[in-house]
Amino acid sequence: MQDGHIGDWDILQSMPSFSVPLGKLVRTLSRLRGGGSAFPGLVVEKIDPGFMQRTLSSLPHGVAVVSGTNGKTTTTKMVVELLESQGLKVFTNRSGSNFTRGVAASLLGEVDWRGRLDADVAILELDEAHAVHFVNKVEPRYSLLLNVLRDQLDRFGEIDKTARLLEHIASKTTDTVVLNREDPRVARIADTLNRLDAAHHPQVRYFGLDESLRSTFPNDDDMRATGIGPSPSGTPVAAAAGEPVALPAADVVLRRVGGQDADFEFDGETVTTEMKLRGVYNIFNAAAALSLARSVLGTGPVDTPKLVKALAEVAPAFGRGESLTVDGQPLELVLVKNPSGFRLGLKSFPAGGYATMIAINDNYADGRDMSWLWDVEFESLREDGVEVLTGVRAYDMALRLQYDEVPFGVVEPDITAALRTFINGSRGKPKRIFCTYTSMLAIRRELAKVTIVEVVS
Amino acid sequence: MTSEAQPSKGTLRVLQLYPKDMNIYGDWGNALVLKRRIAWHGYTPELLEYNVGDPFPDDVDIIVGGGGQDSGQLVIQDDLQTRAEQLRKLADDGAPMLAICGLYQLFGKFFKTSSGSVIPGIGILDVETYGTDERLIGNVIMQTTEFGDVMGYENHSGQTTLGPGAQPLGTVTKGAGNNSKDGHEGARYKNVVASYLHGSLLPKNPAIADFLIRIAAERKFGSFVPGTPDDDYARLAREHAARRPR
Ligand SMILES: [Zn+2]
Repeated sequence: MQDGHIGDWDILQSMPSFSVPLGKLVRTLSRLRGGGSAFPGLVVEKIDPGFMQRTLSSLPHGVAVVSGTNGKTTTTKMVVELLESQGLKVFTNRSGSNFTRGVAASLLGEVDWRGRLDADVAILELDEAHAVHFVNKVEPRYSLLLNVLRDQLDRFGEIDKTARLLEHIASKTTDTVVLNREDPRVARIADTLNRLDAAHHPQVRYFGLDESLRSTFPNDDDMRATGIGPSPSGTPVAAAAGEPVALPAADVVLRRVGGQDADFEFDGETVTTEMKLRGVYNIFNAAAALSLARSVLGTGPVDTPKLVKALAEVAPAFGRGESLTVDGQPLELVLVKNPSGFRLGLKSFPAGGYATMIAINDNYADGRDMSWLWDVEFESLREDGVEVLTGVRAYDMALRLQYDEVPFGVVEPDITAALRTFINGSRGKPKRIFCTYTSMLAIRRELAKVTIVEVVS
Repeated sequence: MTSEAQPSKGTLRVLQLYPKDMNIYGDWGNALVLKRRIAWHGYTPELLEYNVGDPFPDDVDIIVGGGGQDSGQLVIQDDLQTRAEQLRKLADDGAPMLAICGLYQLFGKFFKTSSGSVIPGIGILDVETYGTDERLIGNVIMQTTEFGDVMGYENHSGQTTLGPGAQPLGTVTKGAGNNSKDGHEGARYKNVVASYLHGSLLPKNPAIADFLIRIAAERKFGSFVPGTPDDDYARLAREHAARRPR
């Protein structure tokens, strides 16, 4: 620099070569000090704003993002496992408090000292709240948009706003957008894309449901106690039960869900496979994952038997609903965080033969508004009743069940005490707990203390 | 609770306004609570719906309406104007009504959006609403003279101001209420109760539900003979809700 021939421009150009080592150093140091994982991401973002974009766009298959209100984490995990079954190296992220910084931080952990990422593709779970910021920096080659449900409304305000965020992700996608054909707000995004000029027009693919399964998927406009509610006036009734509506052809269709297996249709053939995943809505997300994986694989060779085997073996992501064994009996944790999720949970896991507990917290991560409990019908629990109600809002839940004439036993807001009562009171019986996010975390902690917990799937 | 074997004291018809388009954050809970409590008081409930383009049922005893997305409000706004006179007349005659959030705004004189366009209301309530960029969100507790402490959850960006013809429903002790300045929540006119509160409102505030039912029975049968609903869980849910952060 002393000779005067190297200007500012050259300095900027030389930044990447030291921003990565510096970022990695900060990462190591903040690990040693037990600091937050996003901090090194912040450092690299400050000194080398192009780092993330540059690193991700160097991947041969580019970036695919998965977004929507429900099921992102498990679906992202499925896509990763499906692509790995085909021999691809996949970079993926765990969603964190600051998404972009979090991705930058985990990239730092993965790149070599020269800033190269040894991966074929990045599959990123994208929170709606962080979507705009991220896709404005890094245009994804593929996106998978799962659903727009009533979730965390006190944080995002309105569902229509969430739909617009997903629309923005779609419009920034360069190659293929995979849409949920059955969710009117998501399916409508295709219309928006059609209005873009041809050069910026990603392909649209859908994943869909067999007509016979549609009634088990109330969409969020079906809020009525009658179950199959009307769609709001003026919106296409993409998911109306029992009505033959002209729907676009889907890349992957979930045709049937059995006790342990499911049928998926793609490439004009129906494939039956065993499934470790429980719950119809999880299996529907498997159809979504399959469609995104097929998009990423593109016209390249696909080993279908391996793909199907990977599908059979996917397990839910940690903390998203799982099966445990307690006292030799299965105990299922079903995460419920919004009315659609709760309704789907009740439909996917019928009450017969199970002892049931419901745990409702209203911490920030759960959403403070309890209104959503009134948008779920609990009649399916009427015959068998509910053994224990717990969580900060146990009495709100009790009141809700009272108005749906569902009998219940103990109401105990303290989760530790409630869990002991539940386990002691239902020995020899399979158990199921419907729980909000923070109550699920508390229950897992307690289960680890009271008994040997064996994770089944 | 009243046993099923006793003869009904009569039928009360509850009309939900625009449940297809204005039904969010648990508005169904209000209709459900009216349905159950009418039965618990020994009357026979009948739930009716009115949606865009439907014939308007005559002979309704209680009217409830909820909140909606902006898109829902746009869908119903023209249809609502065709029913404005009928609804105003019912309100003037003392019919009990509950209007939550979006329909509370449209029961007023107008809603002026933050971009300046004006959605006309039906003028049952002497209130005006202005769209803002600030969203008022969180748990609310208010004191009322008629119904004791009322609690629920607000989530709105429209801010409502009351004219001389409307009384507030209550004074907030937690939360914002009608707007971020005045410290009051909701509005009252004759037997119309209007509020921003979801929650749903009626389950944890059975006094308001019973007020609507009492007025309906008195108007229809000349008197109200209450039953004895079991409100222990409502009381406990209120106690626990009151301790939660905003
Ligand atoms: Zn509202």
